[in-house]
Amino acid sequence: MSFARVLLAGVAFAAVSPAVLADDRGHQVYTRWCIACHGVGPDKPGTGALQAKYKGSVPALLEERNDLTADLVKMYVRRGVSVMPPFRKTEISDEDLNALAAYLSKRSP
Amino acid sequence: MRVPHGIDPKAFSAAVRELEGVVGQQWVFTSEEDLYLYRDAYSPFWGEAEERLASAAVSPESVEQVQAILRIANAHKIPIYPISTGRNLGYGGAAPVYSGSVVLDLKRMNRILEIDEQAASCLVEPGVSYFDLYRHIRANKLKLWIDCPDPGWGSLIGNALDHGNGYTMNPFRDHFAAHCGMEVVLANGDLVRTGMGALPGAKTWQQSRYGFGPDVDGIFSQGNSGVVTKMGFWLMAEPEAYLSGTVMVSRHADLVPLMKAFSVLNNTNAMMATTRIGSPLQLGRVFGMPPEPEHAALLDKPGVSPEELEAYGRKNDLPYWTIDLKFYGGTEVVEAQWTHAMRVFRSAIPDVQFAKGDRLTFPLTDAQAEAVKDKASLGIPSLGAFFVGARSPNKPVGSHGHFWLSPILPLSAEAVLEAQKVFAGAFREWGVAPLYRALPQLYSPRAFYLLFGFEVSEDPAVNRKTRETVRRMIKLAAEHGWGEYRTAPAFMDDVMNVYSYNNHALRALYERIKDALDPNGILAAGRCGIWPKHLRDGRS
Repeated sequence: MSFARVLLAGVAFAAVSPAVLADDRGHQVYTRWCIACHGVGPDKPGTGALQAKYKGSVPALLEERNDLTADLVKMYVRRGVSVMPPFRKTEISDEDLNALAAYLSKRSP
Repeated sequence: MRVPHGIDPKAFSAAVRELEGVVGQQWVFTSEEDLYLYRDAYSPFWGEAEERLASAAVSPESVEQVQAILRIANAHKIPIYPISTGRNLGYGGAAPVYSGSVVLDLKRMNRILEIDEQAASCLVEPGVSYFDLYRHIRANKLKLWIDCPDPGWGSLIGNALDHGNGYTMNPFRDHFAAHCGMEVVLANGDLVRTGMGALPGAKTWQQSRYGFGPDVDGIFSQGNSGVVTKMGFWLMAEPEAYLSGTVMVSRHADLVPLMKAFSVLNNTNAMMATTRIGSPLQLGRVFGMPPEPEHAALLDKPGVSPEELEAYGRKNDLPYWTIDLKFYGGTEVVEAQWTHAMRVFRSAIPDVQFAKGDRLTFPLTDAQAEAVKDKASLGIPSLGAFFVGARSPNKPVGSHGHFWLSPILPLSAEAVLEAQKVFAGAFREWGVAPLYRALPQLYSPRAFYLLFGFEVSEDPAVNRKTRETVRRMIKLAAEHGWGEYRTAPAFMDDVMNVYSYNNHALRALYERIKDALDPNGILAAGRCGIWPKHLRDGRS
C-alpha cells in the first residue's frame, strides 16, 4: 500500500460519523440476534406473529417499522413477550442494546 | 440482595465480592432487574412460589475464571448452576434447578478453538451456538456441515450434555455420541481433559475418543459433577447431494409392514437419517393448519374408528400413515438408495405410494440455503421451531412458552399403536385435552420418541393441572416400560424416580459419584434428580 493510499484510507475512516458507526453496530446486533425470528421468510416466527397481530396495519418486519421507540425495543429485549424470551446481558450487552434500539427506532419521528 | 437458602447473608456478600474480583463487577449480577433475565421464560412454575430462581449470576470468560469461581463457591458452600447459552427453553432455560443457586453463565466463553476440515472435527467452548459454528463454516467456505436441533441458538456443548439430537445423518444426530474429547473443571476446581486430551500435546484429541482407561465422559452428561469448558465434535463432510421422499400407505393396519420394511432399511444402514411417522388422517392435512370441517368433525368424534378415517382418506386422497426418508451422499448413490427403498416398501405393501421431496446438490448459495424449507435436515440452524406457540392466523393469542415430554418407545408399529391407545385411554379417564394423536420420530437409530408438547399459561391453576398431567404421564409411561430421555427441571425428580430398578441402584451410584467429586455439594444440585448429600432428604 502506498503512502497516498494510507492517507486516503485514513480520510475515509475519519469521514464515517459516530452515528453511522452506531447504526452499523445496531444492524450487526440485529443480524446476529433478531433476524432469525424477525427476518424475511416463511420460517420467521417473530415476523409471522407480528403479521398475525397487526394484519398489515403496521409492517411485520421490525426493520420497516416507523413507530418503534428505543425504550420499547429495550423493554421487549429485556422482558420478552409471548414465546420470545428476554435476552441476557452476556448475550446482548447494554451497549449493544443501545445500538440496536437506535437502529430499530431510527425511522420513528 | 437475594441469598441462597441456608447461607449467611454476610458470607454471601463476601462471596459476591470475591466473584467480582475474579470476573469484574460488570459480570456479576445481583439486582432484581438483572436476575429477571435468569428466570426460565418457559417455566411451568412461572410466578408461583416453587419457581426456580437464581440468587445471583456470574459470567466468566476463561477456564481459569471458572476454576476460581468454583473454589470460591466451595469455600463459602455457595450453590452454583452452570448454563451454556441458557437457551434450553422448555428444559429449564437459564434458571437453576435448585432455587437460590448462583448461575454460572458461560455464554461469554464463545470461541471456536479449532476446526479441521479434513478430519471434519471441531473444538468449541460452551457459549458457542449452532448459529455461531454455522456462520463460521459459511464465512470460511469450509466443506463441513453441522447437525443442529430445532432451535439454532442452543450451545453445542449444552445440547450434547443434555442428550439433544438433530436431523441429519445418524452418526451426527446424537450430539453426545458425536462428541470427541472434553475439558472439565471438576466441582473442586481441578482441571481434567478426557480421552486423548489427557496426553499433553495430543494430536488426536478430537479424532480418537477413548485415549486410555475408563471412558468417564458420560458422568458429565445430564450430570452435575463438573463444568465442561471445552468439547470436541465430529462434523459431517458436506455431501454431494441430498434426496428426500415420503412413503404413504392408506390403511391403519399398514403401519405394521411399513415399520418392518423401514427397520430393514434402518438396520442395514440403507437409510441413515432420522424419520418421522406422520398421519395426515390423524392430524389433518397440514400440520399446524386446521383440518377441513368434515375431517375436524371426525377427529373430534369420541372413539372414531380407523375404518371411518380410512374411508375419509379414500374419498379425499389422504394417506393414513407416512414416513419421511432422507438420503445424503453421492448424486448417484442417493438416487440408488431411494430406488432401493421404494423396492423394499413395495415388496411389503404392494399399493404403497411415494412422493419425492427435495433433490439438492451442494454447496448452496446463501439465498438457496435461506430458501430451504426443512433447514434442520441440512444442518442449517433456524428458529422456525418457535412457530410452536407463537401467534399465527390459527392461533390468535400466542402462548407463554412450552415444554415437552418424550417417552422413548421401541421402533415398531405395535409400540406406536399401543402407546396411542394407552395415552388416549388415560386422557379420557383424566378428563384432559386429547394429546393422544402424538406421533413418533426416530430418537436413536433403534428407538422412537413420542413427543408431547405442553403450553405454559399465565394462569397458575392451568399450569398446576398441566404439571399433574405430566407427572401422571411419566408414571404411566414407566408402567409400560417407556422412559423419558430428558425433561424440564420441574419433572427431573419424577423421571429419576421411575428409573428405579433394584431399589434405585442407578441413582445410588450417581449419588456416590456426586459425593466423591463434589463433596460440598455445590454444583447443579438437583440436576436430573441427582442431589448432593445435604439436600437429599428433601428431594421430591
